[in-house]
Amino acid sequence: MSRIGVITFPGTLDDVDAARAVRYAGGEPVGLWHDDADLRGVDAVVVPGGFSYGDYLRAGAIAARSPVMGPVVEAGRAGMPVLGICNGFQILCEAGLLPGALVRNHGLRFVCREVGLRVEADTAWTSSFTVGQHIRVPLKSGEGRYVADEATLDALEGEGRVVFRYTEPAPNGALRDIAGISSADGRVVGLMPHPEHAIDALTGPGTDGLGLFTSVLSRFTAAA
Amino acid sequence: MARVIVDVLPKAEILDPQGQAVARAMGRLGVDGVADVRQGKHFELEVDDTVDDAALERIAGSLLANPVIEEWVVRRVQ
Repeated sequence: MSRIGVITFPGTLDDVDAARAVRYAGGEPVGLWHDDADLRGVDAVVVPGGFSYGDYLRAGAIAARSPVMGPVVEAGRAGMPVLGICNGFQILCEAGLLPGALVRNHGLRFVCREVGLRVEADTAWTSSFTVGQHIRVPLKSGEGRYVADEATLDALEGEGRVVFRYTEPAPNGALRDIAGISSADGRVVGLMPHPEHAIDALTGPGTDGLGLFTSVLSRFTAAA
Repeated sequence: MARVIVDVLPKAEILDPQGQAVARAMGRLGVDGVADVRQGKHFELEVDDTVDDAALERIAGSLLANPVIEEWVVRRVQ
């Protein structure tokens, strides 16, 4: 069974739901701690949401420089699938695995509601979807406004690295309505909304979010 | 030992809704004429003699500020 690491930093909130999503999708979640020096042989890593280190300095800034992120950055650059959700997306940007940054929502309000997303790229974490498919997942963040300079935005669009876009005007003011992006090889993906909260109709808006986790697991099944 | 100040501000082209909200609140104090406010961070570091300017620049540019969205100034004050 494929082993998916789920990192817990001090202040992480969504590691339990992320581990549950991995289990629902048929994988084995492996807990990783912020102070770990290695990744315990996992096949992929999820960096979950929350408020690591209380959002001190900038959201994700301290976590990005914690011990476990050294091997995550190294493995991500070498092609290991890595998914950053919400604070995890902020951490991947702060760590330099993904370009751009997440800043305060343009309306200054914390946004907590379901959003529609359009899947725009076939990546390690979206292969279970079809490009153009609409999904619904919760968004809950105060600093979710994706920004990057024009050249970076043009490059992301040109290279097919905008993975998720809000189907409505971005509720946080994200440039070009970008909700999620990927690395050049499509293995490292970050997004602000929370697919791990949309895996069971009992506790979320539906099961659309499960597709991210089945996507990465199907890679390993196909390879085995 | 030396005292070092690092000031960090959002880049001019980055929307600063916090600064705008502060600017609007100033009008309520009866002070008109504040055209713009940008909100940033101010750090005071006590460093020993082994910390040279290159190290300070590395601290500022790779931790205290995020070069994607912020600019910074490093000053030794004593």
